[in-house]
Amino acid sequence: MASKKMADGGLPVIARFEVRHRNYLAPDGSINRPLPAFASDADLLTALYRAMMLLRNFDRKAVALQRTGRLGTYAVSLGQEAVSVGIASAMRADDVLLPSYRDNGALIWRGVKLEEILLFWGGDERGNDFSGPVEDFPFCVPVGSQAPHAAGVAYAFKLRKQPRVAVCMFGDGATSKGDVYEAMNFAGVHKLPVVFVATNNQWAISVPLRLQTGCETLAQKAIAAGFTGEQVDGSDVVAVRAAAEAAIAAARDGQGPRFIEAITYRLGDHTTSDDALRYRSADEVQARWKEEPITRLRSYLVGQKMWSKAQEEQLAAECHERVEAAVERYLATEPRRPESMFDHLYADLPDVYAAQRRELAGEGDV
Amino acid sequence: MSEVTLVEAINLALARAMEEDPDVVVLGEDVGINGGVFRATVGLQTRFGPERVLDTPLAELLISGLCVGMAAQGLKPIGEIQFMGFLYPCIDQLVNHASRIRNRTQGRLTCPMVLRTPHGAGIRAPEHHSESTEAMLAHIPGLRVVIPSSPERAYGLLLAAIRDPDPVVFLEPTRIYRAAKGEVEDNGEALPLDVAFVLRQGRDITLISWGAMLKETMAAADALAAEGIAAEVIDLATLKPYDEATVLGSLAKTGRCIIVHEATRTGGFGAEIAALIAERALTSLLAPVARVTGYDTVIPMARLEQHMIPSVDRIVTAARKACQYN
Repeated sequence: MASKKMADGGLPVIARFEVRHRNYLAPDGSINRPLPAFASDADLLTALYRAMMLLRNFDRKAVALQRTGRLGTYAVSLGQEAVSVGIASAMRADDVLLPSYRDNGALIWRGVKLEEILLFWGGDERGNDFSGPVEDFPFCVPVGSQAPHAAGVAYAFKLRKQPRVAVCMFGDGATSKGDVYEAMNFAGVHKLPVVFVATNNQWAISVPLRLQTGCETLAQKAIAAGFTGEQVDGSDVVAVRAAAEAAIAAARDGQGPRFIEAITYRLGDHTTSDDALRYRSADEVQARWKEEPITRLRSYLVGQKMWSKAQEEQLAAECHERVEAAVERYLATEPRRPESMFDHLYADLPDVYAAQRRELAGEGDV
Repeated sequence: MSEVTLVEAINLALARAMEEDPDVVVLGEDVGINGGVFRATVGLQTRFGPERVLDTPLAELLISGLCVGMAAQGLKPIGEIQFMGFLYPCIDQLVNHASRIRNRTQGRLTCPMVLRTPHGAGIRAPEHHSESTEAMLAHIPGLRVVIPSSPERAYGLLLAAIRDPDPVVFLEPTRIYRAAKGEVEDNGEALPLDVAFVLRQGRDITLISWGAMLKETMAAADALAAEGIAAEVIDLATLKPYDEATVLGSLAKTGRCIIVHEATRTGGFGAEIAALIAERALTSLLAPVARVTGYDTVIPMARLEQHMIPSVDRIVTAARKACQYN
């Protein structure tokens, strides 16, 4: 009240900020506002749909593998497939992705093989030596700690005058970390070509958003770093793609960083090691199923005659086949020799550790 | 060839590296026009421009994290942390990323970065400015931890650290930044990493130290010589990975060893060396290995810090005792 009184008392307003929200497709697949240009491209929209369906099928299989002891802890994207797929679809191959551990959809879009993702979650570092763009970062597990890397990558682009963009993805919980703010602040200072994407799925394991921040939006955190933050409906892949296109184009064009808060909902557990019923009700989750991104896009595509029942059936079969083939390759991966844990410790293994390597290899005592 | 201080040698190495490799970037707080709080980067921004010598916002985690991102892109970032007491926010980046991105990606991404920071007490600085927590860093696999003890080694080792394809934490002995002077030829020649330097030959006892403590250790060797004890002095120089062969070779000759470090005793790097000797050189020993170290206390502020730093007397006493042991 005191501040209102002061403002009323004639103190000038020296800055005003606003945060916009972007949505095109309503949960039932109807259109809320005119669609962006790319939405007339049926091939692109169906490609987005296919990618989300593949991710959902892949997730289901990965959980089954984990439950049967053939995969380690795994993080599903259930309910938020539109974010990782939509963002990645707007990137160029030579842009650099810095993903969190729940951004499988982005990696797959960028060419990482399903078996490579399984290999990573199966506990094998070789999964990170993947077939995606060679400069992309691996999944980041320490939350938000990849944000400063994104700023560093973008600084390198700027220094070398390369028209490339770093895209850094993290969750709502990460926005509470200093890492993310420090990176955004630096990116703002130098107008770096970087796009920060917060997938706001409402839950950081068991901690709800209201305990994560007192802010009305996460997007407004960009304002404190000196650039624009936009909120998008993260269950509307058209909105995510449109926001990503605009943000990436601006960053590439030298207009500096952008921040996208994608509002979505994590319909699944945090990981296969989590039981979300400990902290949220089945009713809450059930209610959010109405918003999920795949049915939404399908409703739109079917309504536009861009998608048929026959295509749906064919896609289901394709996804099944592709996932099963990947699982087969994953399970057939040659195991690593134990001593290979030394192979990439340094460019050249220092002599003092060579003896330890020999010991592990059974080639004599240390 | 001219005589320069240790901090001037650092500056020469930085300039040389920036001159020869356009990928080298210097970043940190006040490293630009101010030339760094110790003036290690003085003149670099004028010479190489603000894009390659950049003043970062006041955020140490950021500096280390930026280095990881830049290095993954093939730049050779050199981050400066103003004092070791401010290094701790960087530990997450060093442990979780810098030291292991090569392994995590099986060599696809690498991290050729250097993080420089002053090390140690003795300049009557404010609180949190006098840390020597090198053992913490030396415990991190995939990292290199290097500390010079003279202008010549500062120049040569820093050049080696910058050219190294893996991350290096480069500790700079604050107490001898200006006190140590020496001839340095600015010829771009690096000194080898992972190699200890024998600063003085001797047959009776081995004194092992690093950084600023070599000053007291060399003085102790002089004092011992006056008593007829020939001390061999080893500058470990690279703590991770360290030169076990030189340590063991010296022990085979002398059979006696004193390890000197300013850092607190328990879990200090001296314990690692003592363990190595116990494992690999027990039969050479003529006396128990002894450590002369800082005490297991918080590093005191200016008024008491001199009592924390091992004195020449403490080193001489320990060495004399080892030589009299039977």
